[in-house]
Formats: sequence, C-alpha cells, structure tokens
Amino acid sequence: MVTDLDAAPDIARVRTSLTQIKDTRGTRVFRVVNGVILAIVCVLMLYPFLNIVAKAFSAESYIAAGQVNVIPRGFNLTTFNAVMSDAMFWTNYKNTVVYTVVGTVIAMLLTTTFAYALSRKHLRGRNGFIGIAVFTMFFSGGLIPNYILVAQWLHMRNTLWAIVLPGAISVFNLLVMKSFFDGFPSELEEAAALDGMSTYGVFFRIVLPLSKAILATMTLFYAVTQWNSWFSAFLYLDQKSLFPVMMYLRNLIAAASGSTEVTGDMQDAVQIGANIQSVTMLLTVLPIICVYPFIQKYFVSGVMLGSVKG
Amino acid sequence: MARQNEVVDLVPSTVGSGSSLAPAGGWPIDHRVEQKLHRKDSWGVALRKDWRIYTFVVLPILFLVVFRYVPMFGNIIAFRRYRPGGSPIGDEWVGFQYFDLFIHNPQFWTVFWNTVILGGLWLIIGFPLPIILALMLNELRSRKLKRTVQTISYLPHFLSIVIVAGIVFQLVSVEGTVNQILGWFGADPIPFMQRPEFFRAIYILSEAWQTVGWGTILYLAALTTIDDQLYEAARIDGANRWKQTWHVTLPGIRPTIVVLLILNIGTFMAVGFEKVLLLQNPLIYSTADVLNTYLYRVGIQTGQFSYATAIGLFESLIGLVLVLSANFTSRKLVGASLW
Repeated sequence: MVTDLDAAPDIARVRTSLTQIKDTRGTRVFRVVNGVILAIVCVLMLYPFLNIVAKAFSAESYIAAGQVNVIPRGFNLTTFNAVMSDAMFWTNYKNTVVYTVVGTVIAMLLTTTFAYALSRKHLRGRNGFIGIAVFTMFFSGGLIPNYILVAQWLHMRNTLWAIVLPGAISVFNLLVMKSFFDGFPSELEEAAALDGMSTYGVFFRIVLPLSKAILATMTLFYAVTQWNSWFSAFLYLDQKSLFPVMMYLRNLIAAASGSTEVTGDMQDAVQIGANIQSVTMLLTVLPIICVYPFIQKYFVSGVMLGSVKG
Repeated sequence: MARQNEVVDLVPSTVGSGSSLAPAGGWPIDHRVEQKLHRKDSWGVALRKDWRIYTFVVLPILFLVVFRYVPMFGNIIAFRRYRPGGSPIGDEWVGFQYFDLFIHNPQFWTVFWNTVILGGLWLIIGFPLPIILALMLNELRSRKLKRTVQTISYLPHFLSIVIVAGIVFQLVSVEGTVNQILGWFGADPIPFMQRPEFFRAIYILSEAWQTVGWGTILYLAALTTIDDQLYEAARIDGANRWKQTWHVTLPGIRPTIVVLLILNIGTFMAVGFEKVLLLQNPLIYSTADVLNTYLYRVGIQTGQFSYATAIGLFESLIGLVLVLSANFTSRKLVGASLW
C-alpha cells in the first residue's frame, strides 16, 4: 500500500513529462505561429472599423488624397453636425427605433410561445407543427410571390406592417429556443401544476423567469436583425419619411458610388464624400456598438445552450 | 426522428393515467381501453386537455401559413399569366411558357453560371474558414486571449449589410486602402468596383470578413464536448499535433460539420442576395449579376411577375433538391444527417 501511494505521483509525473518532452519544440513553434496568425486575423478584422472611424473625423481633402488609414487627419466634427442637423436623418432614425421595438416584441411573442408549445412532448400534433416550421427553412415562396402577397394582397405598402411582420419568426431562433425549453426540468412544471397553476401560470411565472439568458439572446438577435434591415423598406416603402435609417445610408452610399437606381434628389447631391458616409455609418451602428460588449458573453452562451444538444 | 419522439411521448400518458384507471391487482382489463391508453389522445381529448397550449400555437401557425405557405402557392403564377391589378392568381394558364422563355434566354444562363460560380466559390472557401479558425482558437492556451479574438471576430456579424457594402466601397475606392497599398508598389489606382474581374474576390473576401467569426460558435461548442481522455490516449499512442487534430478533433466535430454543410448546400443558389444587390452596378453585371438580383430586376423593376416567379421557383427547387440529396448522401456515407 505504502509503496503504491508513493509510486503514484511518480507515474503521473513521468507520464506528463513524457508527453511534454515529446512535443516541446514543435508545440512551442506551433503556438507562436498560431498566435501570430490569430493576431493578424484580429488586425484584419478591426482594420475596416478603424478606417471608417478615422475617416469620420477627418477632413475630406485628406481622404480624397488617400492619406487616411487609422489615424484621423484634419480632425473636425463639422460633418457630425451636418448629418445630425438633417431632419430626414432623425426621422429615419426614429423610424428605425419604432420598427425595431415593434418588430422585436411581435417576433419574441410568437417565437417564445411557439417554441414552448413545441417543446411539450405530449402535445398532439407537435411533430406536424415542427415539420410545418422546418420545411420553410428549405423551401420558400421566393421574392416575387412574397412581394405580391405583401404589396398587393395584404395592401401593406407604406405601412409599418410590411417592415415588421414578414420576418416575424426566424425558424433558426425558434429551434434554438425549442431545444432550450426541451431541457427544462419537467418536475418544476409538474409541481407547479399540482399547486393549481394553469399552463399560462407555469409559462409566465415559472418558465419565462428562468429563461432570461435565452430570452435576452433572442431579443438581441431579433432587434439587431430589425435594426440592420433595409431590404423590406426598399421593396415596400416609397415615402422617404417612412424609411428606416439603413435606407438613408443605403441611398447615400448608392449616390456616392454612382451605382444604379439612385432616386429623387439624392442624384442632385453633387459629391457625397467618404467623410459624410463614414459619419452616417458610425451613427447608425452606434447603438449596436454600445450594447455589444455587455451582451457578448450572454448571447454566445445563449446560442450554445440551445444548439449543443440539437 | 418521428419514431423516437413517439416512444418518448408514450411514457407520460401511460404513467399518468395508469395509476387511476388500472390499479395493480386485477380489475378485468378491457383490451380496447388498454390499447387506447397506449395510443395518443384523440384530437378532441387533446384539445380539451391542452387548449391553453394550443392558443400558443394558433398565431405562429397563422403567421407561417400566411407569410410562408401562401407565397409557396403564389408560385402558381409562374404557370399563369399575371397582370398587376388582374386576378391575384393570374388570369390564364400558360403552362411552362415562362420556363421556356428563360431557358432560351442567353442572359439567364450568364446569370445562372455567375450564381453557380459565386455559390461554389463561397462553399469551397467560405465553408472551411470557420472550422479552421475554431481549431486555431481551440489551441490558444490563454482564455483571455481566446475571448478577445472571439469578441473581435464576432463583431462584423452584427453590422448591417448596408454598412458592410459601404465599407467595401470605401476600402476599394480609388483613394481607399487597397489602392494605397498598391501605390506603395508603384501601381496605378484601380477602380475595382467598375471591373467585373474583381467582383468575385471582393464578394468572397467581404463575406468571409463578416461571417467567419460568427461561424466558429457552433464548432467551438462542439469542440468542448470532445473528451480530453481521447487526446491523452492519442498522445500516448504517439500521435503528434496534426494526427491528434486529424484523428480526434475532426471526427469529434464531424456531425456539426456535416449538418452545417448540408444547410450551406441548400442555400448555395441564394448567394448573398442583398449584398450582391448593394454592391453591383451595370458595369460589372457580367460577373456580379446573380439569379436573385436578375429576378429582382425583371420582376419588380420591370413588372414581369410571372417570368420572374418562374425563375425564382426554378431556383428554390434546385435548393430543395440539393438539400435533400446532400442529406441523403451524408446519411448513407457518414451516418449524420439533418433528419
């Protein structure tokens, strides 16, 4: 016995030293190379941001001369003032806030309740409902039938509904939530039911409060998607006063890059410089950049919660 | 999948009702009752018992029917002549006339091959990138460093495509960074967005920039589930780093790889529609026009709804066939599949 106890650490030490000796050099070289490559990746990832930030604070003349990379030249804030004093920019910005809030609330309501129902294993018709949802991931009606539906059958042109309704359920988000609810301990619900709670009570007072991580994640996903979206506005809105801010930005960029379909008075804008584009980009991305550091950890764990098992 | 669920579903109903209806010991057992207990509730019973849960289902199903399934049936106008203001499902049957039209249209084939090339390039280059990045991240010893790299690489995912397009335009503009670098080597500035030969590279690079970090999430999650003992065993057997990666890590995340690959193959024809639409201009249509942007132009801009719908239906069917065959193949070959 005594000898065994004495020998055990030795064996462990020998084993670790063996494995360590074996690949010391190779491993060290590998780690350095790996670290260097990842560092380069990080720089490449960050560079476009830094470039935009630098351009937003630079004078147009330096940008046009190709002298702005990551450090602003000819520092000035006049463009910020110019963009922020444009009434249309603010109208569009407010529209985006409204679309994001309404769209996210609708999407969360539908997704959460549906995902919960789909996670009830005894529910009759459950597999059918899942099938109905999943099939839409692989086959869709396509652009034109969707357009005809929204614009001509439902008469949603130039309304909020065209922006917030068609994308209300993301099946991917739905499945992530469903597999989260799948893992919910059923004993909790049974206990609550024995105490006389109805399904609604269980859902709102037990399940939802215990699902904050996934709820926060999904809210964030929907909100970011809605904040960033421009295409449904492009399709269904004609009036500039209804545009989300991404359409404002899109028109600015289209005018500057001289690409097609620049409409209305955007064409009259003589030259929309990189400076004004950068400022607008920065202002539209600001809310996302602000919340990002706080929720990053949250949503990664949220996605993993739902996806690892699935 | 269906069968598995069936088995699981049966358990609660037998346990739940068994105690009240069939006490141990010996009431005469009516076999019809017995059979019923083991079957699912009938719809009537289920609705009465679970009506509250069904209220959760009504609106989402209504949503899916209206916004997903109605457009699927709306595809009928690919076979009928549709006039705006006319009958919502078209005025008369024309059979495959619109399919015939695009199949004999050389412009369609340019667009078709552009789509295939762009989608194929993205599949070959874009699909492995997150796997490689995830493997590299996994090798980082310092947790702090790992988290930093992840934070930075996820960020582009949260940007609007409009902003990404704006960034692309600025980076490749005549006074942008790319041309500045070329300038160091004495090259003349190139107007990249006006040259068709550069579009594919620009698209793939910008797409990689935006998606690679986010793509690593699922792989990193899968990597954490691999048992450390496998690595130890492999090391004792004399496996070096590459062999460990090849024989332990990759097989460990194979199901994730396969599932994501199948999903990617299914969306292969739908290559980044919005981004392409934002980046393209008539000068570079010869490489930058894809099926979706083409059908947007002929459908919504020039109002040839039926013709564009036929193209869209064609594209969706290719996507569906690709998913089904990829799924079938991988189930046969590697035993992993979506369903």
